[in-house]
Amino acid sequence: MDLKLKIWRQKNAKSGGRFEKYQVKGISPNCSFLEMLDILNEQLVRSGQEPVAFDHDCREGICGMCSLYINGKPHGPDKAITTCQLHMRKFKDGDTITIEPWRSRAFPVIRDLMVDRYAFDRIIQAGGYISVNAGGAQDANAMPVPKYQADLSMDAAACIGCGACVAACKNASAMLFVSAKVSQFALLPQGRPEAVERVRNMVKSMDEAGFGNCTNTGACEAECPKEIKLTNIARLNREFFNSKVCAETRKAAVFAG
Amino acid sequence: MTRLVSKVPPGPLEEKWSYYKSHQNLVNPANKRKLDIIVVGTGLAGGAAAASLGELGFNVKNFCYQDSPRRAHSIAAQGGINAAKNYQNDGDSIYRLFYDTIKGGDYRAREGNVYRLAEVSNLIIDQCVAQGVPFAREYGGLLDNRSFGGAQVSRTFYARGQTGQQLLLGAYSSLSRQVKKGTVKLYPREEMQDLVIIDGKARGIITRDLITGELHRHFAHAVVIATGGYGNVFFLSTNAMGSNGSALWQIYKRGAYFGNPCFTQIHPTCIPVHGDYQSKLTLMSESLRNDGRIWVPKRKEDAEALRHGKLRPTQIKEEDRDYYLERRYPAFGNLVPRDVASRAAKERCDAGFGVGETGLAVFLDFADAIGRLGKSAIEERYGNLFQMYEKIVDENPYENPMMIYPAVHYTMGGIWVDYELMSTIPGCFVLGEANFSDHGANRLGASALMQGLADGYFVIPYTIQNYLSSEIRTARISTDKEEFAAAGKQVADRLEKLMSIKGKQTVDDFHKRLGRIMWEYVGMGRNEAGLKKAVGMIQELRQEFWQDVRIPGTMHELNTELEKANRVADFLELGELMALDALNRNESCGGHFREEFQTDEGEALRDDANYAYVAAWEYQGDGKHELHKEVLEYEFIEVKQRNYK
Repeated sequence: MDLKLKIWRQKNAKSGGRFEKYQVKGISPNCSFLEMLDILNEQLVRSGQEPVAFDHDCREGICGMCSLYINGKPHGPDKAITTCQLHMRKFKDGDTITIEPWRSRAFPVIRDLMVDRYAFDRIIQAGGYISVNAGGAQDANAMPVPKYQADLSMDAAACIGCGACVAACKNASAMLFVSAKVSQFALLPQGRPEAVERVRNMVKSMDEAGFGNCTNTGACEAECPKEIKLTNIARLNREFFNSKVCAETRKAAVFAG
Repeated sequence: MTRLVSKVPPGPLEEKWSYYKSHQNLVNPANKRKLDIIVVGTGLAGGAAAASLGELGFNVKNFCYQDSPRRAHSIAAQGGINAAKNYQNDGDSIYRLFYDTIKGGDYRAREGNVYRLAEVSNLIIDQCVAQGVPFAREYGGLLDNRSFGGAQVSRTFYARGQTGQQLLLGAYSSLSRQVKKGTVKLYPREEMQDLVIIDGKARGIITRDLITGELHRHFAHAVVIATGGYGNVFFLSTNAMGSNGSALWQIYKRGAYFGNPCFTQIHPTCIPVHGDYQSKLTLMSESLRNDGRIWVPKRKEDAEALRHGKLRPTQIKEEDRDYYLERRYPAFGNLVPRDVASRAAKERCDAGFGVGETGLAVFLDFADAIGRLGKSAIEERYGNLFQMYEKIVDENPYENPMMIYPAVHYTMGGIWVDYELMSTIPGCFVLGEANFSDHGANRLGASALMQGLADGYFVIPYTIQNYLSSEIRTARISTDKEEFAAAGKQVADRLEKLMSIKGKQTVDDFHKRLGRIMWEYVGMGRNEAGLKKAVGMIQELRQEFWQDVRIPGTMHELNTELEKANRVADFLELGELMALDALNRNESCGGHFREEFQTDEGEALRDDANYAYVAAWEYQGDGKHELHKEVLEYEFIEVKQRNYK
């Protein structure tokens, strides 16, 4: 099939950007979306132009490196997949496809379609872990975890940190991302001892990075390639509320003692 | 030859690691703060190492080419991680895991290293659970296990089909905690370009900031390389697009020996190739072989009809199907090791029984399992894999059998290291897939995650101290020193040379051509004539590359074509060494199948009298390589022909 492409080009973080139009011809419907961009880039390089820069790595939907806002949707029109798993059979011959980077103040553009998502790493650094050094753990089966709880934790842990939730949200909120990590640990007994500090520190880091607030539109859940549930945000809110209450109770206990 | 000392500690197998730990030198906490360690790579090995070394109090600098440490390709491992917990009470033990791994590797790995791997495997599971890795559990709340190829016990722990992801995110969490504490500094989107050696010891690296194009110099008292395997030399593989062999090639050229470069694993269950625009191959976890049955039609006419779409696979009657693995290997059936399963698929397809449009595919059928366990049980076990298959192939695997074919997946070969995981360059350590150490000539499923985490969490934190204990008086060396300047200039010169070629062909043109040569002659079946031909072809292609590659833009900015060219330039040399190594090894073992050396039944024929050694290659400059041998002595096990029948 033949396609027209409208792609955001931007030299670097400081320069302005603009849409450029390109054409690709004879694309197989079995070709993946990123392979279609490979074909475009080969074409550009051959004709002496600079290729379109985009992030990608594993190309099997798990590393979370690929992004792209395709025809107004993060990761394109198909549900529950990343851009690298999107195939051209989802488009029609003659279509015009508009491709943009993630749009959020917290994710500055590096070049063309690449953005800087280090804010996500910073949020994890603020508290997205259980404090355990290598070597001191007890036997793995010493603490049984109910299956339904472990399954819910796994559902949340499936987040790939791609940032589609932020891109989909009109407020550029990172609540789905943060809530997935908070939930994964909140649901496991191992995660409880630090639950209060974790949620407070992660939310603080999220706010500092400039992500917007959640207004429950649900766009993040609808566009998440791993179908992370909105209920995690409810859990995040509860954990956050608890952390305030707990902190007050703790303080009171200390004073009383 | 004296340089190849394995340093395996004395004593009985099960006491070697304890002996080592109680006799090694340590570094006290006050001194740890004064010592810098560079870790290149943030996967299971690199991420776990950086986190653990940070926990101990060393100053760690951790590099990756991706935008975040969480992207490393360990994340893509699906099936699981082995450990000798024996939670199933099915007869497992550390010894049995050790034995299965040595045997699975076709007796080409070092006993002491493999035993240690099996020994620390249990600690890994404990550590990961403590970190909050949500492993699959049974209704009683205890951990669940599944079986994997090459074993007769269920010892594989898993987190749906995303085990690698969960383990990597566990290591990434621990790493992030150390970043917050200030013991680890991260350098994402910064790629290693060369190793700096001062007075014979590894003392730092040169890197390129992939966003600005600037070259940076970094000093450390020791350098740890954990950059994964080099399977992308084949262009098409299950590796990530950015996975590369350049860090290994850089340290090889600086004096580290390369062990068994030809040992490549071709994974039996991948989605078949479908077009020349294809950029990578997708693996379908080996765990699928637990419940899926592999078959092709018994009659060539049926295969022909299937290829042309005149028959549907479900129309082939039970008695007209050849479940060739169950037929040839009744004891292990569909769970034979990967090399055996891959070759058997190739054999059927070469004989004309292959299916799919190209005839290069076999069926992996779940109809029996769905009938026995119900669709929901299969969905629970493999849901995300089935979804992935459907997205790529556009067919529903619950209704039609999957089509699969072998693809390059893992490289058992890598930098030669001793028991301490140190290369032949003092102070340069190599972990995980990047080293040659534990899997011999073939890796068993669910063992890569085990090795990466074993090396990172439980081996390097000990062994590196034995080295660093004699470095506590070494003050930090300025990166203005001439060795840094010289290495930096060499890197800049090479990049300038690449930019100045301004030829006509793209980097991918060359990479694809290299891949075809490798797959054809250095792939699943190898022979003397083909390997010799490959060496010549690669040399010609390399020459052409340096005369005709086209890289747009400049080197002083983000330049993805330059990044690729830089890696492909190394693959064009590494590919040749792989062919030379395969040519030298006049036997078949594990994933290395030399067509001249097979039994009457088509099984790999080892030559223990002449080839029970690690081929460790030394760079001699100017495209020349010298072979050294580490003879493998088996003190504790009896070396046999592998038999999965």
